Amino acid sequence: MLLRIEGLHKHYGGVHALDDVSLSVDTGTVIGLVGDNGAGKSTLMKCVTGAEKPDHGSIVFDGQPIGLTPFDSRQAGIEMIYQDLDLCLRQDVTANIFLGREDLVHLWGMQTPFMNHKAMNESGRALIQTLNADIDVSKEAGSLSGGQRQAVAIARALLHHPKLLVMDEPTAALGVREITKVLNLIRSLKDQGITVILISHRLSDIFEVADRIVMMRHGKIVDDNAVSETSLTKVTQRLMM
Amino acid sequence: MRTYLGLMFVGLLLLCAVCSFLSDVFLTWPNFLNILTASATIGLLAIGASFIIGSGGLDLSVGSLMALSSVVAIQFSTHSPFPFLQTLCLCLVVAAVAGGVNGFLIGRKIPAFIATLGMLSLARGLALIFSNGRPVYGLPDSILFLGQGRVIGIPVPVFIFLGIILFCHVLLRHTKFGRYSLMIGDNVNAARNAGIRIQRHLIWLYAFSGMLAAVAGLLFMGRVNAADPNAGMMYELTAITATIIGGTSLSGGKASVIGAVLGALIMSVLQNGLTLVNVPSYYQQVAVGIVLIVAVAFGQWRGGHAATN
Repeated sequence: MLLRIEGLHKHYGGVHALDDVSLSVDTGTVIGLVGDNGAGKSTLMKCVTGAEKPDHGSIVFDGQPIGLTPFDSRQAGIEMIYQDLDLCLRQDVTANIFLGREDLVHLWGMQTPFMNHKAMNESGRALIQTLNADIDVSKEAGSLSGGQRQAVAIARALLHHPKLLVMDEPTAALGVREITKVLNLIRSLKDQGITVILISHRLSDIFEVADRIVMMRHGKIVDDNAVSETSLTKVTQRLMM
Repeated sequence: MRTYLGLMFVGLLLLCAVCSFLSDVFLTWPNFLNILTASATIGLLAIGASFIIGSGGLDLSVGSLMALSSVVAIQFSTHSPFPFLQTLCLCLVVAAVAGGVNGFLIGRKIPAFIATLGMLSLARGLALIFSNGRPVYGLPDSILFLGQGRVIGIPVPVFIFLGIILFCHVLLRHTKFGRYSLMIGDNVNAARNAGIRIQRHLIWLYAFSGMLAAVAGLLFMGRVNAADPNAGMMYELTAITATIIGGTSLSGGKASVIGAVLGALIMSVLQNGLTLVNVPSYYQQVAVGIVLIVAVAFGQWRGGHAATN
């Protein structure tokens, strides 16, 4: 088991955003996390990635309790792509891909404080190519299309081979062709043994790639089924209840 | 950015051409050195401001930190066996601590404008208290050499300025410190989610700005032969103007050390030219204000134009 969440609570003022949430996730699976706006999906994932601190409860990742900061989570192998992609739009693509994990120049086996622009540009270009995206890595992120920005965010997440990748509405702003590419990418991540938690309002996307569907409502998990044991109609009906 | 810097350089040359047309003295070697020496003080503050504004912040306290660090350093180093070393260290430490306090407060969500405005008043007040409101004379020769000395005929402040320009350009463009400063200014949430420790970075960033102000203070007191508690008054305004002229974005995420230096040179040439044609200093303040407004308006227009394109 890769991730075990037990008895998680989180309040925002008087709002109980997470109410005794427990969830287990196996290695190499794709979990679809669904629910209405405000159901607690993003809050739950922010707790996993250290962007929010839970009030109570425990999160164990890969056998170890995870720290409480984004840095700790990343060190443990958890990456998250936020819905707004978290890009720095005035910086170039390479700078965005390597944000927080810059390559430094080494001289005579010693690390210098200087960034290795050449190596980062080459790695960034290679990563972008694996996503079949046509992007000039020296361009400012703000000058890219929505699909290209999504590719940059995915490339950043994949940079250091995460064990768990959380994707928040990755297809929300994409055209049909780009959605297919992203879904294919999720399949290939699964084939590589990477666990993916996919938060999406597009149930059809989740049914295409997920192994399990976890449904949240009012900060609680109300349904947790294997995709093979449920259907799009059933899930839609449960969501409408 | 390179095109913009090219335009600024052409603007500087045009300004020099106008000044040389208005004054016979302008285009002389001593006046050229005089401009460079004056640019060093403002330029150092402008370089610090380019880091700070590039990070989406603001530091109004640098002029006061210049005064405080130099007054404290001289007061406590007069009878030291190593006056130069002690003055230098005290100067840097005092300004770095005060700057670090700025960064700490800003990291705790206090607006940069308020935190540094408070420090502006606090540091100026402390400088006046430590000096009893009077300039402190009797500077060690080594400090005077920093402000007035010459090597192969060129003032020492120019060499120090050039060295710091190079250092800061590399720091901004080629190290994580510079990159994170711009990332924080561009999208602080992205930076935080990427694991950058924002609070810690802001403390170092504002401490660094304070240290540049301390070096500016050292050069200034060496030049005027006194640690003046009123030194650096309104210098922050000129430094911010120079930074904005140099292409640093007021909304953060973009900054240029070379741009800040060009901006400082433009401001120094402007003030020098106005002095040479006998424009009173009060009017020079008016000119600085007008240049600031024009620079900000141009910067906003440029930002909007780039976004539209």
